[in-house]
Amino acid sequence: MQSFDFVALTPEIATAALTLILLAIGMLIPAGARRGMQPLTVFGLLGILGYILYDLFYAKMGPAFQGMYFHDQFADFFKILFLAAALLVVLFSGAYIQKLPAYRGEFYALLVAATLGMMILAGAGDLLTLYVGLELMTISFCILVCYLPNNGGSCEAGLKYLVLGAAASAILLYGISLIYGLTGSTQLAQIASRLGDNLSPSLILATVFLLAGFGFKISLVPFHMWAPDIYEGAPTPVTAYLAMASKAAAFAALIRVYLVTLESQSFAQAGVALLLILAALTMIVGNLMAIPQTNIKRMMAFSSVAQAGYLLVGVIAESNAGVKGVLFYAMIYVFANAGVFAVIAHVEPAQDSDEIKDYAGLARRSPLAAAVLTVSVLSMAGIPPLAGFVGKFYLFSAVMSTGYSWIAFVGFVMSMVSVYYYLSIVRVMYLGEGEGLPEIPVYGAAKFTMLFAMLITVFLGIYPTPLAQMALTAAKSLVR
Amino acid sequence: MSFSVGLSTYLLVGAMLFSLGLYGIFAKKNVIAVLMSIELMLNAVNLNFVAFNRFLGNESVLHGFVTAVFIIVLAAAEVAVGLALVISIYRTRKSTSVDDFNWLKW
Repeated sequence: MQSFDFVALTPEIATAALTLILLAIGMLIPAGARRGMQPLTVFGLLGILGYILYDLFYAKMGPAFQGMYFHDQFADFFKILFLAAALLVVLFSGAYIQKLPAYRGEFYALLVAATLGMMILAGAGDLLTLYVGLELMTISFCILVCYLPNNGGSCEAGLKYLVLGAAASAILLYGISLIYGLTGSTQLAQIASRLGDNLSPSLILATVFLLAGFGFKISLVPFHMWAPDIYEGAPTPVTAYLAMASKAAAFAALIRVYLVTLESQSFAQAGVALLLILAALTMIVGNLMAIPQTNIKRMMAFSSVAQAGYLLVGVIAESNAGVKGVLFYAMIYVFANAGVFAVIAHVEPAQDSDEIKDYAGLARRSPLAAAVLTVSVLSMAGIPPLAGFVGKFYLFSAVMSTGYSWIAFVGFVMSMVSVYYYLSIVRVMYLGEGEGLPEIPVYGAAKFTMLFAMLITVFLGIYPTPLAQMALTAAKSLVR
Repeated sequence: MSFSVGLSTYLLVGAMLFSLGLYGIFAKKNVIAVLMSIELMLNAVNLNFVAFNRFLGNESVLHGFVTAVFIIVLAAAEVAVGLALVISIYRTRKSTSVDDFNWLKW
């Protein structure tokens, strides 16, 4: 074991240290005297983010710990994504957290712990490492989801997430155990070399089980039933973090396991057919179910199901261009979601409602919030000058060049459908009267987050090259 | 008729345990029983790992055993959080029946 190995783990070690520091502060300092938790979290995460940016461009890359952990641009790209998402969530949730009755300190510790789990998931080179990262993320999220102790809905959402998440992990593990039986190893590189060309029924079973486990986390359609309940019941910052980062983390693991380990083998034919059906179903059901929703968080849940379908299209392309599309889209999705959920977290406490009809007249009551929400949802819908359009263009053009044009067509039509429900919020905000609803001006860190998310969304729509280059480098760094 | 306990026997028991657990998650009404069903599934996985390691692997390579230990630890963590959630939800609803967890549309 070389010292290099531990250098590769520096961001994870720093994140774990930040978690423990936050936890210690939360336990030792009485609730009344605790002030600096949010700034401390922000600066800690910023420091780790800075280190990873340096690492991405200058560090020596390569597998660490005999291939149990990958230290490459792909993992670094996802770590940047998770940290950016965590930073945005922490920034806009300050006011929301202050209103929580108790245990505010642990909130940040758990958020950072979930981030650590995702970082491990993105770098895992061994299915056991992957499972540990996944569980760290899931268990932290379970506690975060039920963070409103006196709110029955929140507890119920947490319990549902735990039960379904644990069941999904168990199914994933059963798949892993079958793969271990077939290859005698849990390391991705060894699995890839030992699987060979024979497509045995047990391998298909193992793959289906793995896909079910990941499908739960990224809310693919047969496994998406948890998403609306948990998105609605969870505190808004947690919902935002679930939508932005946990999905991207599961995609990181899915890409690593499928494109690196299984796709290179005989699995390709059967697997692609399965993924195509799931992607089409996810896009169709997600978008159609979003239309009748009246609660904005439930609507965003179905919208995020649909976005998982678009991302899966990039995985199906099985090329550098496809992976680049997934990375690019996952990153801009973070900023679009940050805009939407920053507005929701801002409006929800002021008028105690998540119903879309209560956003009436928001353009008059809070012009900035309405503008940010509009730009963000239009980006998700893929309207041209915004980042979402570029992301969808990368995804769909990548899959068209591999010959599955029909899935790109499904995605295109469903994007058109999604414009309808996204614009229905915009219509309510700009044309609704909103008599009797309060004025809710935006200020402080929430204002900064909203403006920042909106600016990034517009900027990357006009000038996507830098991020696209980064995503392409990351996609090429995957060992195949 | 001779009957030897080989790899397939262990795998069969594992598959049966796993199916029982999966059935329990959807059929049980009490949330504690649902958590027990999840434990059943995880133990089926452990059985698989240990059996594969014993029958297929090189005796000096302990991947499967180590994985089983990791799974036991993580399952304990999961159940600890799960039971805490059950207690907190019981305080507001005085029930542990899955049928009563219907405040959010399922």
